[in-house]
Amino acid sequence: MKSRKVRDDLRERALSALSKPSTYGLDIDLSRFTASLGSDIMDIESYTDAMLSVGVDPEERGRGGSYYQIDNVAAYSSSRYKGLIVKPISEALEDESILEYYWKAVPVDLDKYTATAFLYEKDGYYIEVKDRVEIPIPVQACILLKSPSLIQVPHNIVVVGEGSKLHLITGCTVARENPGVHIGISEFYVKKNGLLTFTMIHSWSKGMHIRPRTIVYVEDGGIFISQYISTSLVDSIQSYPTIHLVGENSSSHLSSIIIGRGSSHIDIGGAIELKAPGSTGEVTSRVISMDESRITSRGRISGFIRGVKGHIECRGLILSENSSIYAIPELEAKAYDVQLTHEAAVGRIAEEEIIYLMAKGFTEDEARSMIIRGFLQPKIPIPLPRQLVDYLSMAMEKIAYAL
Amino acid sequence: MFKVMKTLLQVENLSVNVGSTCIIRGLNLSVDKGEVILLLGPNGSGKSTFLHALIGDPRYRISSGRIIFDGIDVSSMPMTDRVKLGLSLGLQFPPRIKGITLRFLAERILERRGVTSSVISSVIEGYSRMLNLGGLLDKDLYVGFSGGEIKRAELMITLIQAPKLLMLDEPDSGVDVENLALVGSAISKYLSEDVGRSAIIITHTGYIARYVKATKAYVMVNGRIVCRGDPEILVSNILEHGFEKCFRCEGMI
Repeated sequence: MKSRKVRDDLRERALSALSKPSTYGLDIDLSRFTASLGSDIMDIESYTDAMLSVGVDPEERGRGGSYYQIDNVAAYSSSRYKGLIVKPISEALEDESILEYYWKAVPVDLDKYTATAFLYEKDGYYIEVKDRVEIPIPVQACILLKSPSLIQVPHNIVVVGEGSKLHLITGCTVARENPGVHIGISEFYVKKNGLLTFTMIHSWSKGMHIRPRTIVYVEDGGIFISQYISTSLVDSIQSYPTIHLVGENSSSHLSSIIIGRGSSHIDIGGAIELKAPGSTGEVTSRVISMDESRITSRGRISGFIRGVKGHIECRGLILSENSSIYAIPELEAKAYDVQLTHEAAVGRIAEEEIIYLMAKGFTEDEARSMIIRGFLQPKIPIPLPRQLVDYLSMAMEKIAYAL
Repeated sequence: MFKVMKTLLQVENLSVNVGSTCIIRGLNLSVDKGEVILLLGPNGSGKSTFLHALIGDPRYRISSGRIIFDGIDVSSMPMTDRVKLGLSLGLQFPPRIKGITLRFLAERILERRGVTSSVISSVIEGYSRMLNLGGLLDKDLYVGFSGGEIKRAELMITLIQAPKLLMLDEPDSGVDVENLALVGSAISKYLSEDVGRSAIIITHTGYIARYVKATKAYVMVNGRIVCRGDPEILVSNILEHGFEKCFRCEGMI
């Protein structure tokens, strides 16, 4: 009953926002695409190469659980740990207590993308770690887009219980080059002293428009670490995850590695709101523009209370004559005695650095690739499980190889 | 019978331009195997330009003359190949490079030289101990390094290339006595390990000569060698009188 009422309210708000463009990024005409369930053939095993390319192991080796989705329908879910729930959100919602997290972080009327995602919502993952449970190895999710011109709208909810730990890796990719829209709604809740690391690799194709909407709440002593990697060709991406540090001594680190190719329009950001005493946040981005790509790299940290600390680091490398990078770090201090800093640097590879390495015996290509690899090196503030480190180094190898 | 070549480096009538400015003018110099040469001279005399031209830095253009290294004309050879032949240059001011650690660069250089992976870490360990680099190996290259740390780290990077001709640009400038002793003894040790190894060391102050036994010293003024002599005598003369007298000698040899 309660569920019905909640949905009706959300529906009303969503309908009112259906023509509301996003604050940032290219406005997409969604009427050019279809919202449907998509393919009804759950042949995820036919796409092992695509899964592997975004770090998802189809055999689940070294994984604590998995969730796979094709187009808008869940294809598989599993959990190997007691206290770890991994299931499609459609199934999770059969329990009304989930409504406490459902469209509570992300406002359904934020823009036409959230509205569309709600109106056509079917699946997505619900992952919960019960209190005081540490999942030592990563849990993986793979969202595959197969049907052409589809609007894919996974709605994901993650709840990390008190004192619990979860490392979640998500790979989103396409079965083949197709036009399409991907609107991933992600609502994450990190409870007292919980830890959530969220690593997402996107590997899209030409014709795709990507509009993730991610909002995270972190309670006392909780930690949220996000790493977003997108290095393939895509028409447009606009994403601006927002982290609310509402608990004392909570912290968050957002990092993104973006490579713009072709004529991609990428507008990527991250905001951290420091709302409780002792909370700290860091937003770092490494962006590389190639071909005719345009990248806007945003970062915002807001301090609402005394004594909080935040830092933004935007670095961009321009590798082609016709590409562009806009780096926009924003600091917002709304209380006395907050410490917010930023550094931003955009440019090309310094000739002096290339010549230095060449004088140490490397060819020009080797020198460039060493510098680019070094530029992209993610700086993770905490030690990660081996499987996650392997996953990240695989991603880095691929990037270095592709450049 | 093999004819063992005595000369390692032969520079003939070398002129070098930076942009449109001629910095080195018709320089002649030869270095025998086993020789350790101090290159002295006032600021702007072309000492650094000379070493950059020897290693093949593309910003320094050879407008005339030849560089013969170990019997091969390397005048138009790319840097990478010159390093492979055994030339190596330690810079006075190496650039800071974020994301590349000292250890990473050292490992890649040793890999390139074909050093087996089991030996690589012990080589790095050895140099790290000798040059007191323990805390720096996992830091980004020269980012936040002190003056002395830069000299020690750059020296390690230069020595692990195992050059036949070690070229160092002011390894003793801006370095305190303790660091100078470390740097000096590492250079001496490297050169003593093989009697065929040679060096050209640029020094503005001559301090390095207290730790490294040089066999010859040259003074460079306005892009030419104007004086040649016993390193001890030349260094003490210059420390006493500066380069004033050298300007008078210009063009006389």
